Amino acid sequence: MSQNVVTYKRPPLLKALKRDMQLHFWKYVLIIPILVYLALFCYKPMYGLVIAFKNYKPARGIWGSKWVGFTWFETFFKDPYFFRLLRNTFRLSAYSILFGFPAPIILALLLNEVSNNKFKRTVQTITYMPYFISLVVACSIIKIYCQADGLFSQIGQFFGAPAQNLLIDPNKFTPIYVISGIWQNIGWNSIIYLAALSGIDQEQYEAARIDGANRFEQVLHVTIPGILPTIMILFIMRMGSILNVGYEKILLLYTDATFETADVFSTYTYRMGLQSQKYSLSTAVGLFNTMVNIVFLLFTNWLSTKTTESGLF
Amino acid sequence: MAKKVKDPVVMRGTKIKTSTGSKIFDVCNTLFLLALCFVTLYPMWYVLCASFTNNVYLVSHPGAVWWPVGFTTGSYSMAFEHPLILSGYKNILIILGVSLPINIIMTLFCGYFLASKGMMFKGVIQFLIMFTMFFGGGMIPTYLNIRSLGLFDSLWALILPGAISVYNCIICRTAIQAVPDSLTESAYLDGANDLIIVFRIILPLIMPTIAVLLLYYGVGHWNAWFNASIYLTDNYKLPIQNILRSILIANSNILNSAATDSDKVNEFAEAIKYAAIVLTTVPVLCIYPFLQKYFVKGVMVGAVKG
Repeated sequence: MSQNVVTYKRPPLLKALKRDMQLHFWKYVLIIPILVYLALFCYKPMYGLVIAFKNYKPARGIWGSKWVGFTWFETFFKDPYFFRLLRNTFRLSAYSILFGFPAPIILALLLNEVSNNKFKRTVQTITYMPYFISLVVACSIIKIYCQADGLFSQIGQFFGAPAQNLLIDPNKFTPIYVISGIWQNIGWNSIIYLAALSGIDQEQYEAARIDGANRFEQVLHVTIPGILPTIMILFIMRMGSILNVGYEKILLLYTDATFETADVFSTYTYRMGLQSQKYSLSTAVGLFNTMVNIVFLLFTNWLSTKTTESGLF
Repeated sequence: MAKKVKDPVVMRGTKIKTSTGSKIFDVCNTLFLLALCFVTLYPMWYVLCASFTNNVYLVSHPGAVWWPVGFTTGSYSMAFEHPLILSGYKNILIILGVSLPINIIMTLFCGYFLASKGMMFKGVIQFLIMFTMFFGGGMIPTYLNIRSLGLFDSLWALILPGAISVYNCIICRTAIQAVPDSLTESAYLDGANDLIIVFRIILPLIMPTIAVLLLYYGVGHWNAWFNASIYLTDNYKLPIQNILRSILIANSNILNSAATDSDKVNEFAEAIKYAAIVLTTVPVLCIYPFLQKYFVKGVMVGAVKG
């Protein structure tokens, strides 16, 4: 009798497998296409990362090429452009976070104070719009406005700046990149904060009012603490992609004249790998970029779980 | 006043608290939001006006345009006749037509699997799926992979790598989790298998989510240009965004070289750029407001459970 109980509790692995396959046969069938996709388009390129440690020659294939250890990383770290790339990547990213991260929070807080629902919804619809415009179109508009006789330059001239093409001035690249990024994403990114705001218990506001809080104090002591967990989670996710500056946009906007401030790791990877065919070196650069991102993600997550007790994992 | 009290925001500020400061804030807030709307809308309005504006005026008067000057639709008829713009449209429609069914079916399957419980390998498979959100091969190994799969210079190189987005799968999973278990259980008892359950029970119940997913995937394909620029070499295989990029960003004379009547292209050289922008942007801008009320759900889910 007791033997039976034991076998019932711990069925042999093979039997359990068979039972699982019988019970969930169709679920496994449904997931097969996804697994095939992951293997071919996600995990196979991950295997391809080994060429960062090899001297990859297309004729020899990934496996046949010679191992070279960390040579490519050393080459890259000694490259005179390394510090320029590091500096540019961090600068663009830091400014994007510094101005781009709070912007949708502020928009959500302002929208939350609007009492006319129709006006609120109209503003929302309009500010979502740039998110649906393609980068090519957005950058084209930027380019047209930044020409020597374009709108922005004319505004600049009104304030006494000389007529010039703003896109060939290295000092103007960061503001153009950051401001256009805010323009395109502020509305869309505010959605999540608005959703979090609507989840705040109205009784808390009532209580605050009874305690004599004015509107500003209500925002400070009720609204902001209410959306703080959402802010933290989004902040962690944003920090996890600190080195992922939008290379598609940079590729569309930069010129040889602005490499000084606009060239970042991913655009360097693009030029080295796809234009100069230095596959191994550019893979090493890309891998370095990914690893730094992961370190930042883990660090911010750790910091956030320590301080605010909300984290991704 | 009595009518307004229903609104919680107004209630917060009523009676003693409707101070002058509060009123000033409301006015400033409204003005600021109106300014934001203007800054958002003006570039669109500019492009729309410029596309109808006489080319001569456009060249001599860059900068602000408030109204179409010398109204003409020449740039549009020009654009519609151009072989490269037409093939760009055709290609993007092929990509959308093939991609979207693949996207939706794969996302539905993946979401259903992630939402079900009890499978022995669920943990492993879920990890394999989620891991790709944080780590990937990167640009060069991905590129070499596409080459080695023989997809180079084919539209499949734009369709297959984007067959599924894990982020969208999580949105789909959450929608499926909201379907009551008793529905699927009763279907099981009636002898339905998971395939039937997915298409006959789950799919009709999560239609709003499917609509949002269609929008996300569709806009993603419609606006993409990078992959096409590295995988395709034939100009006549390029989707519309890449044609736009050649005209607007690279300033190449791609249109002249392919046009039968290059004088006519030159005549509208400036205005045709704007017409092309309008033609590629309007379809997307016409769709999103209708799905707006569902955005909140999708975005919320993805970010919080990612």
